[in-house]
Amino acid sequence: MSEMTHEGAHGAVHGDDHGHDDHSHASPGFYWMIGGILAVLTAVEVALFYMKPPLEQPLLLILSAVKFVLVVGYFMHLKFDSRVFTGVFMAGFVLAMFMVSALVVLYHFLPPMQVPAVG
Amino acid sequence: MAEAVMGHGAGHDASHGGGDHDGHHYTATGLNSWKVGFWTFIGSECLFFGTLLSTYMVYKGASLEGPYPLDIFDIPLTTLSTFVLLMSSLAMVLGLDGVQKGSRGKAAFWLGVVVVFGSIFLGFQYYEFNHFIHEGLTLQHSVFGSTFYVLTGFHGAHVTVGVIWMTTLLVQSLRGKLTPDKALQVEIAGLYWHFVDIVWIVIFVLVYLIP
Repeated sequence: MSEMTHEGAHGAVHGDDHGHDDHSHASPGFYWMIGGILAVLTAVEVALFYMKPPLEQPLLLILSAVKFVLVVGYFMHLKFDSRVFTGVFMAGFVLAMFMVSALVVLYHFLPPMQVPAVG
Repeated sequence: MAEAVMGHGAGHDASHGGGDHDGHHYTATGLNSWKVGFWTFIGSECLFFGTLLSTYMVYKGASLEGPYPLDIFDIPLTTLSTFVLLMSSLAMVLGLDGVQKGSRGKAAFWLGVVVVFGSIFLGFQYYEFNHFIHEGLTLQHSVFGSTFYVLTGFHGAHVTVGVIWMTTLLVQSLRGKLTPDKALQVEIAGLYWHFVDIVWIVIFVLVYLIP
């Protein structure tokens, strides 16, 4: 606990807010690499859309998830920042994912509910 | 914990459970309160877009009359706009890097790229909406039209807010007011911009590529 808190405090004061050189979480070259990977993954997604291979939809969802993690982890710096930020973000994100999944299952996979006739 | 916070200057105002250093406020955890607040906002935005996406998914394929998604989606055009938005995220981190390192020219250039790319994305969306309306798909026409326009329209509204925000940062940068001690402002604006980007990553696959 104390270690994490110290790390968080250190990150907040020295890594995030004072404009020193240690602001940079990664080099510009690294960001270009992430940008390149995102572009390639997008091209692969579109190729899958046209080629219609088996397991097209799961593959598209996996590629989308990888792009999501790359942007959140590296461009939004969650990979380098305090885990508290990850927790705060994940709380909303996981709840949203649960809601989307529950509604999709309810409306597309479960049989319609039989409502007994009145009278 | 107290030692960690005090030791780094975040405990200037420890008696209030937080601190103030160079105008930046810290929570009792030692984390910057603006960043904690903004991440909380982003978490709540996940739920906001989650509801819109749920609605679209629930009514997927429920429209009784066309045009249907496969009839009107222009995948090459949307791929191009997706690419532009992804690259604007890259420009955003490079702009932040420029601000943090005190490189005024680099910061202004990349923030300018973000503004231009964001505007291009909005231009694509305007063109797409116009084309769809011309094809007969309006907000009231069908369930597909309603859910599609509400979801992508709210995303477009977020991009518009982001472009305005980035423009204000660009102006500050050109005036030389975006010094390294203002990097937190740019970082928070960047969080917003990247969030808009990740929402589109999800929309692009669930709405356009899995019709």
